[in-house]
Amino acid sequence: MQHSAVETISKAQVSIKGTSDGLVIHLGAGEWNALLVALAEKLDRTPSFFRGGRVALNVGPRQLTASELETIGTLLSKFQVSLWAVLSDSVETQQAAAEMGLETSLALSRMEHLLGEKLDGRERVIADGEPAILVRRIVRSGQSVCHTGHVIIIGDVNPGAEIVAGGDIVVWGRLRGNVHAGSNGNERAVVCALVLAPMLLRIAGYVARSPGREDSEAYEQSVVPEIAFVYNGQIVAEPWRAMDGLYTDWRADLLRRAANTLSTWF
Amino acid sequence: MGATVITITSGKGGVGKTTATANLSAALAMKGKKVVAIDADIGLRNLDVVMGLENRIVYDLVNVVEGSCRLRQALIKDKRIENLYMIPAAQSRDKSAIRPQDMIDVCDQLRPEFDFILIDSPAGIEQGFRNAIAPADRICIITTPEVSAVRDADRVVGLIEAEGKGPALLILNRLRPRMVQRGDMLDTADVLDVLAIDLLGIVPEDEAIIVSTNRGIPVVMENTSRAAQAFCNIAARLMGEDVPIMELEEPSPSWLSKIANLVRRH
Repeated sequence: MQHSAVETISKAQVSIKGTSDGLVIHLGAGEWNALLVALAEKLDRTPSFFRGGRVALNVGPRQLTASELETIGTLLSKFQVSLWAVLSDSVETQQAAAEMGLETSLALSRMEHLLGEKLDGRERVIADGEPAILVRRIVRSGQSVCHTGHVIIIGDVNPGAEIVAGGDIVVWGRLRGNVHAGSNGNERAVVCALVLAPMLLRIAGYVARSPGREDSEAYEQSVVPEIAFVYNGQIVAEPWRAMDGLYTDWRADLLRRAANTLSTWF
Repeated sequence: MGATVITITSGKGGVGKTTATANLSAALAMKGKKVVAIDADIGLRNLDVVMGLENRIVYDLVNVVEGSCRLRQALIKDKRIENLYMIPAAQSRDKSAIRPQDMIDVCDQLRPEFDFILIDSPAGIEQGFRNAIAPADRICIITTPEVSAVRDADRVVGLIEAEGKGPALLILNRLRPRMVQRGDMLDTADVLDVLAIDLLGIVPEDEAIIVSTNRGIPVVMENTSRAAQAFCNIAARLMGEDVPIMELEEPSPSWLSKIANLVRRH
């Protein structure tokens, strides 16, 4: 009797759904090890259905470490199922998943599906209506936002926070943490912020460091929104309102990108 | 009705969690509220020492959780102030001795009998911290005006927001007005600029704190120092009173004292 009661609870906590993005395993509330057992039971019931497939994992608000994600990846691989994405509201879980090279969003795959081809990094940044995430809060120390598309933050990015984007990074606020735009090698990615004072700024393979605390404080006194991009093999930051000599080149670049967009989509 | 559970935490160690818990508990009790302070720093218990109740301990929080004593037996009544109680932590165990649910259960048992339950959190963001914030209705973050402490506070604010326990309140501890005036210390605006949470109060650096800690008599019981005044104001604000933030800046020297100084110099 008691055993069947336990089983009923675990059934409710693990559900597998087919979506336009493929199979998604939802893990609900409950003790982690119990969930793993319930998941294994579920897979074991119809192993041939899952064999050779790939699944996304939706864990809701649950906070998982990289080693816990690894455990579930190992469990799935026993059934010859590969884990390709982890969806979570928890920034910690997203970070752990990103560290393991897993997707944290289904948007990109949906786009690839629509286009019927695998997008490479460069094209992703060109397309109009491409994947991006909007984060409407302060990104605090120790938190990280990772996304294969663009990342838009409305709020500050505090020291010790980290933003990694395959595309551009736009911060409507003060950027004082670490950022990496064009993380998949896209040198055309840009970083813009109302106050651009990151500790470490990376675009594709290029790295720029903050000029130091003293300087950045003086700098914050008279701030204007800035945009950072790769120009002549190094990262440069320019005030948004006064592009001067770079402006024509920048605009030409934008125009080139626009032209590329047309050729990709039509 | 039931008690309001307030957890005092910081991330970084040594910024004044225990001192604040002891003084706020005493101040609230002096204002006629029935208060219990719980030390959640299992293995490194201090609150009993700061409150001067060390020699009264028979049972502790872990005994209660493990069922080896009744909750009432672990409650130590302060003989100096009516309505002030504390539950000590165990010194011989570690954070894994209790779980977040245990803290919720203990607080639920105490709620009907008290107006305020203050929990002294351990430093860090691990199990001990999770235990301490689990039952909280409100969370006070305490920090000193140092870049490292503010960074850790920011991390903790982020974790609290992720737990849905926000918005946290800020206590800025050990501020030295003279150093701020000279520009040698972060000021209140600098700290609020990063953390962007509501300010509950500012406590100035005060030698009286060290004396009182060593003697086991919270400063608010003597109520002469500026730190004592600051803690009393914070207690009043926790009770919903509208008390303006204390003016800590030294008054600028009057023309008379300026002349006196000149005369002295010559």
